[in-house]
Amino acid sequence: MKNRTLWAGASIVALCLGMAVFAPVFSPYPPQGQELTRAFSTPGRDHWLGQDRLGRDILSRVLFGARPSLLVGIGTVMFSLFIGLTVGTIAGYSKGLGDELFMRVVDILQAFPGILLSIALTAFMGPSIMNIIIALSVLGWVGYARVARGQALSIGSREYILAARAMGTGEARILFRHVIPNLLAPLIVQASFGMASAILAESSLSFLGLGAQDVPSWGKMISEGTEFLSQAPHLTIFPGMAIMIVVLGFTLLGEGLREAMDPHRQIA
Amino acid sequence: MKRFIFKRFLLAIPVIVGVSTLVFLLIHMIPGNPVEVMLGERALPADAERLRNELGLDRPLSIQYLNFLSGLARGNMGVSFFYRKPVLPAILERYPATLELTAASMCLALIIALPLGLLSARRPYSSTDRLSMLFSLFGATMPSFWLGPLLILIFAIHFDWLPVSGRENALSLILPSVTLGLGLSAILSRMIRSGLLEVLDQGYITAARARGAGESKVFLLHALRNALIPLITILGIQFGALLSGAIVTETIFSWPGIGRLLVQAIEARDYPLVQGCVLVIAISYIIVNLAVDILYAVVDPRVRYEK
Repeated sequence: MKNRTLWAGASIVALCLGMAVFAPVFSPYPPQGQELTRAFSTPGRDHWLGQDRLGRDILSRVLFGARPSLLVGIGTVMFSLFIGLTVGTIAGYSKGLGDELFMRVVDILQAFPGILLSIALTAFMGPSIMNIIIALSVLGWVGYARVARGQALSIGSREYILAARAMGTGEARILFRHVIPNLLAPLIVQASFGMASAILAESSLSFLGLGAQDVPSWGKMISEGTEFLSQAPHLTIFPGMAIMIVVLGFTLLGEGLREAMDPHRQIA
Repeated sequence: MKRFIFKRFLLAIPVIVGVSTLVFLLIHMIPGNPVEVMLGERALPADAERLRNELGLDRPLSIQYLNFLSGLARGNMGVSFFYRKPVLPAILERYPATLELTAASMCLALIIALPLGLLSARRPYSSTDRLSMLFSLFGATMPSFWLGPLLILIFAIHFDWLPVSGRENALSLILPSVTLGLGLSAILSRMIRSGLLEVLDQGYITAARARGAGESKVFLLHALRNALIPLITILGIQFGALLSGAIVTETIFSWPGIGRLLVQAIEARDYPLVQGCVLVIAISYIIVNLAVDILYAVVDPRVRYEK
């Protein structure tokens, strides 16, 4: 239990994943079930987190709301990681023209600030979970590719790679057996932070009305809640807390993993 | 120095052209038909054809691209479908409000981050440092579209100290800039802390102490000055984050800037206006980063002499 940050992060993440997977089991009511006579009721014994403007149970909606957020997070990270790892490793390992071209493309893509392109893309492609994943991955892969390139550049000139080449090992085998496994550690750390940013981005898109329409999502719940901020603040408070907890979990997990994988810190 | 500035300007041109090309391609290649959006699904084919011709959408993509680039070079970003007026003046009308909000948020972030970073670095791993770390963690994980409504609830609805929304007077700027700047202050305070701790390990700090300089003088005159140099780059990068963050913040507070205009353009499916807003924000980001590069070279001469 030395690395408390890692454990705290992993526990929160596990709890949130469990909440999302078993939402139908844990939810006391169906997330779309309406009870119009009890609209805006405050947290109580029957409805722990209260009810929204249509009398829907907020706790059930918060539990189900974890699904699109985590799905987008996992989808975006996997998609971006795959593209980033492939492009970055090839650019860094091959060097030369391919690497030069890669750096120019990165320059252009990094000129787009954060979520801006995702907003424009989702707006035109239409709001759906798949489209959000694509929109976030269009820029999302760049960060992973930069890390993979840097690692591949450094690993490519190490002695064990030269030794493998001297022994007649093929380039593809060197890449898959020696280069890629050795550059994964920093990418895993980045993936954890990437989950946190993807979840925040998905919630922002949902808040702007660009998220999945037919399922409860935290961003959309906050957006709906802001219309009734003075009479029913609980509509806004609870989904926001859920976002914060899950983002905190992935951030702590990332910090903990970084600590665990950094040999200097381990010695200290 | 002049050569360095000239070189940086030249390097920025292909990036601007690349960004413009990417925006054009993305907007033109993704599914969705602007004519159908403007006229509705039941429009007559003849009307649809006339509008396609009027908007130039019936021409080959390459011709549309060349027209787009030549228009852009002349400052013409097309005509808004919704407002029925040129895109660029509509955007420039809203630009000062966004700049005002972004600048205020950045100043606020620095005002919070500087003392926090200083205190943390002065006594690392103390309770003050841990508290500051906790603040950073919450600042970085708290979504602005949640923080904004909470601030409205407390300071505008409950205490009635500040306006809920709009841009009437200086007071209207407080809540939006806190919403936008708090996350940045969390990042900056940790960067100032780690920058200071790194600088405090350097030989010239030991030398200053050996010469008998007081701890405050060492800290503020020698350490802080050098620790702040890398912060210039971070501020440049974060400016882009603030600009895109402004989209959400402006929506929450009905702040009449580009962010709100972009959201309105998205809702109205106003393709030229969305394209224009995205481009203006991206180009602003490139220009700020160019300015930051030049400023960095002024502050740190080593940068100028690198190849």
